[in-house]
Amino acid sequence: MSARSSIRVAGLSLRYSPRAFATSALLGVLVVVLVGYALTVGKFTIPVGQVLSMLTGTPGPQGVDYVFRAVRMPRVLTGVLVGIMFGVAGDIIQSLSRNPLGSPDVLGFGGGAATGALLQILVFGGGAAAVAGSAIAGAFATAILVYVIAYRRGVVSYRLVLAGIGIAALLAAVNRYLLISADLNEAYRAAVWLTGSLLDRTWDHVTIATVAAAVLIPAAFVLSTRLTLLEMGDDTSAGLGVTPERSRAALFVIAVGLTGAAVASAGPIAFVALAAPHIARRLVNAAGPSLAASGLVGAVLLLGADLACQQVFPTGDLPAGVATGALGGLYLAIVLGTRWRRAVR
Amino acid sequence: MTYLLLAVLGVLGAVAVGSLLVGSQPVGIGQALRVLLSDDRSDAAVIVHDLRMPRTVLGICAGIALGLAGALTQSLTRNPIADPGILGVNAGAAFGVLVAVVGFGIGQFTGYVWFAFAGAAISTTLVYLIGNTGPPTTAPVRLVLAGTAVGAALVACTEGIVFLDPKAFDEYRFWIVGDVAKPELSVTGQLLPFLAAGTVLALLLGPPLNALALGDDLGGGLGVRIARTRILTGIAVLLLAGAATAAAGPIAFVGLAAPHIARVFTRADQRWLLPFAAVIGAVLVLLADILGRVVLPSGELRVSIMTAIVGAPFFVFLVRRKRAVA
Repeated sequence: MSARSSIRVAGLSLRYSPRAFATSALLGVLVVVLVGYALTVGKFTIPVGQVLSMLTGTPGPQGVDYVFRAVRMPRVLTGVLVGIMFGVAGDIIQSLSRNPLGSPDVLGFGGGAATGALLQILVFGGGAAAVAGSAIAGAFATAILVYVIAYRRGVVSYRLVLAGIGIAALLAAVNRYLLISADLNEAYRAAVWLTGSLLDRTWDHVTIATVAAAVLIPAAFVLSTRLTLLEMGDDTSAGLGVTPERSRAALFVIAVGLTGAAVASAGPIAFVALAAPHIARRLVNAAGPSLAASGLVGAVLLLGADLACQQVFPTGDLPAGVATGALGGLYLAIVLGTRWRRAVR
Repeated sequence: MTYLLLAVLGVLGAVAVGSLLVGSQPVGIGQALRVLLSDDRSDAAVIVHDLRMPRTVLGICAGIALGLAGALTQSLTRNPIADPGILGVNAGAAFGVLVAVVGFGIGQFTGYVWFAFAGAAISTTLVYLIGNTGPPTTAPVRLVLAGTAVGAALVACTEGIVFLDPKAFDEYRFWIVGDVAKPELSVTGQLLPFLAAGTVLALLLGPPLNALALGDDLGGGLGVRIARTRILTGIAVLLLAGAATAAAGPIAFVGLAAPHIARVFTRADQRWLLPFAAVIGAVLVLLADILGRVVLPSGELRVSIMTAIVGAPFFVFLVRRKRAVA
């Protein structure tokens, strides 16, 4: 156990470990660096000085200004927010399910959001806002279904994961059916969406992500101490004054909301929610959840993946989900191959 | 127990006959039998011989293979929710299909079936190698995690290729929805040696897997060579699931459900569990395929979508019943 200190502000006591704090600070710097880099590179380079002056409100040359405000800013901001939301949601759900595989994608929330969005894209033909709304509705419907299935005088870790895997498989089949029923162009568009992408983001996406993050992230942090207690087991946490079932339900709702909003903004990007908490826990070297670090790692992963796709295939417009899937899978495989014991709590 | 197995085989026979009769163009039993015995090239004969026979044969073969592969995977990983797909078979096969279509310009199913098989072989080997490093006590969980990791990486690479090549995307989106309605009976024939070898190997593995079910220490104490049994089981899973997936595409839930249903009859004895799982797997695939033919007012629902729709509630039932054990 790493050293812990506590800080008291206005009667509120916050315990933190210096290592977690330092790690989060470093990750924050890394996110800022990546954001800066992502704003400068693309189809053409914008010098750092110009980026800084445009950020402070001075308009740049006309074309540059347009690209900066209408293309790069929404893309990068969506990436940061979605990465944070996936990271935090993944950490909460992995902690609640006490299972390293218990991420929103494995539990089917991503698939449910995708089904909602696909129905909107392929069947009802709604616009961006309608697609986002359907995605969030799909995530919640799936989560409620999984929760109800897993509920039997309380929700137990293995039942939650099992129910999630079952529903995820069903939804995957539905999604595939929708893909083969559509004509090629529509299906292609839907498939890109299904992989998750930061291409062609607009300020609408940023708005959705910002509102969701502003409401849900603070709530997640307030409840995060309970998460640590819940990891000690229901009896211990009940003894310490936490109602296990109610706390779990609240945290669950927050995590699903985060997932739904993230999927609505950028599609069901693979592995960020699964890998970010793993990486964060290793960096912080803590046994329990560390939401701040997980969220920041999520942002680093997503921005990094988007940049990698952009740099490796400059003409291909490859969705970021391709890189997160490939790199995330590779990372997990390497962890397994080298330092197995620390990968699974 | 033997009688029970015969009864289940009888069910399979009945379902197979049903598979010849049911469809958008119903064929009566008498008519079906007549055209089966003497092919007079009438409409009914063409439907039965050229469409429903190959489909039924492929369904039975794929079902047997998936049922066996599922039972082997569950006992190998000691994980009740294990399924061949978890060991990376599907993702590898899909990647193989894409390499064939994009890299070699092969658009014919009979051509890329071998690439699917090779892809499944490579990914399963990779999963196995990664999953088997480290202390033996964590081996079962590690296999599942390794399969998830390699599978995700392969799926992502597959999607990456697909998005750069719309023609490949079109081929891929149809292949990835598993289907037994392939007109070429020769495909099943090509893969038959692999299926047969895998089936024989699987059935021989019953006794050592029984011993390993007691745990590595006890099983080893009973004289079972743990590593060798694991490797042979992996090979059998690869042969069976690889061939089935190559021929019919990924079919969900059969590999998962068949062993669970079989356990209702056999408890945990692998020597009986394996043949039961095989026959039940075939019944499940055929039933799903028949249901898929009649469920829509026009057209068909492909078998893998039917197995998912029927399989998920079953899975939910398993999860709710009580702690599912392998």
